[in-house]
Amino acid sequence: MSAAAGTVSLGPVRGIRRVKDTGFTVFLWTCAGLALVPLTWIAVYVVSKGVGALSWNFFTKEPAGPLNPQQGGIVQSFVGTGLIVGIATVIAVPLGILAGIYLAEYGKGRTASGIRLVAYVLLSTPSIVAGAFIWALVVVALGNFSALAGGLSLVVLMWPIVAIASEAVLRLVPQELREGALALGLPRWKTIVRVVMPTAGAGLLTAVMLAVARALGETAPILLTALGNDHINTDIRAPTDAVPLRVYDYARTPVEALHSIAWGGALVLLAAVLFLAISARILSNRQQKRIA
Amino acid sequence: MSEPTVVLGAGAPARVRRSRLIDRGFRGTTLVVGLGLIALLALLLVELTTGAWRTFDRFGLHFFVGTSWNPVAGREAFGALPFIFGSLVTSGVAIVIGVPIAVGLALLLNQVRGAIANPLAVFVDILAAIPSVVYGLWALFVLKPILDSSVEPFLIGTLGKVPAIGAVFHGKAQGPDLFTAGVILAIMILPIVTAVSREVIAVVPRDLREAALALGATRYESVRLAVLPYARSGIVGASMLGLGRALGETIAVSLVVGNTPRIGWSLMDPGATIPSWIASSFREATSVGLHRSALLALAVTLVVMAFILALLSRLLVRRTAELVSGPSANVPVTQGVLPTAG
Repeated sequence: MSAAAGTVSLGPVRGIRRVKDTGFTVFLWTCAGLALVPLTWIAVYVVSKGVGALSWNFFTKEPAGPLNPQQGGIVQSFVGTGLIVGIATVIAVPLGILAGIYLAEYGKGRTASGIRLVAYVLLSTPSIVAGAFIWALVVVALGNFSALAGGLSLVVLMWPIVAIASEAVLRLVPQELREGALALGLPRWKTIVRVVMPTAGAGLLTAVMLAVARALGETAPILLTALGNDHINTDIRAPTDAVPLRVYDYARTPVEALHSIAWGGALVLLAAVLFLAISARILSNRQQKRIA
Repeated sequence: MSEPTVVLGAGAPARVRRSRLIDRGFRGTTLVVGLGLIALLALLLVELTTGAWRTFDRFGLHFFVGTSWNPVAGREAFGALPFIFGSLVTSGVAIVIGVPIAVGLALLLNQVRGAIANPLAVFVDILAAIPSVVYGLWALFVLKPILDSSVEPFLIGTLGKVPAIGAVFHGKAQGPDLFTAGVILAIMILPIVTAVSREVIAVVPRDLREAALALGATRYESVRLAVLPYARSGIVGASMLGLGRALGETIAVSLVVGNTPRIGWSLMDPGATIPSWIASSFREATSVGLHRSALLALAVTLVVMAFILALLSRLLVRRTAELVSGPSANVPVTQGVLPTAG
């Protein structure tokens, strides 16, 4: 305990030791700076460039002709994103939550650890591979690009996210609640549906929001499956546009007016995704406090 | 003991039986959906490999070492080496630049307590959610001009003149190149590598660091002696996770890398990565069997690399957890799926 013991083994803090220590501290703060500057810069830049593009036309019009591109909007992208992400959410959320219930409530032994490992591996699927998979499986088989294929490619990405995240939040529910419900004679399934899931409610919502946030911004899988469309499309069997897809397309054109619209699209995406991520975070913090 | 059971059962045998049936049905449903994840993985691998079979059958291992890519009917040649090269180089640059910064930031977040650390950690977590197309747009219109006008001329002028490594920084600063792609990838993997490193560092018992400090170690020494030995394998795992992300990134890379299949020394020249090439040529390939199959072969190559990295990463992160709390340790790491508790 005495300071002398430390002094004996390591010597006084001066000379090379002090230099190293100071250097280390400087290194850490430099890292923080190097990490945060570009990330903040991106956020601020997207906002400053994007705000100018937001207009009534932007949200309500389809792309205008090459003569006056700045008159056009990307309403078809908003509709398409809603359609594609909607399809994906409707499929992936129930599947993910059911898998999460199995892992958290029943999952013991090899089957469960196998499923858990597979879910984890699927989580690392590069999004372009999810796209290529559905491209080969659905697009080539049916002969055309479609919103349905786009939604399915997002399911590949969302299902494992929802499964892993909902397992984690269901595990936070105290064991005593389950025991209490079972002791009152409630069957297992009712215990889960009526007691465990409502207790985990906000946490499950968090899981869903995180998965939707991921799906909203995905570009590569949508590109390979839904392809894009200049007009509003609500047929799930036809090619469909999406906001990230439109941003990507416009970024690659040489037309300045379209770049501006791309920034607008990026801003809307960023706002939606950050809104979901931040509220998911607030929800999950509250939930943790409530349960603990 | 059997008495109460008899009473309950006698009261409503049909209801009890029905309830048991529902119970089993519910459990069965969740199990089937859970197994569905395994089926999904199997289907993905089978669909991609059968799709790629024509290519592997025709070109064999030459697919991986071949350098020409020609979808013209009658003169087909499909060699993936330029794309494998481009993917490895851009991801390598990302790791070299990104990992030290991410680990430094993670160490800082674990050292600093209180008012700054929390918001900083939350901020980094939330940044992980930014869509890649937003990074891509920024990379194309902001990062690339800056690199072209100042950073790259500087590197070419200084490091480019050093005898051995000069070739790596040779060429012209303008235009798309592997270096720019590597830099934007480094920025993109920062949040995930930081988040996972932070979690493995947080697992290291505080007592160890405090013991080192009590013995008179400086902060640097306490990190080197008490934190890093435990966290090392986990940090390597975090980097592999980052590498996997970098290899699979499509949109941001394809906006700045130039999409030119090429193998060469210099980072200042354009290239193409596996994902960027799939994204740029799937349209023509949709109705052409062999070309399509070659793109699926690229996808197989990529997904195998990504899965191996993911498994290795999980193994390494788990090892850190086990070092600290024994073989039955739960892996504490949410791997970027859930926001870590601030």
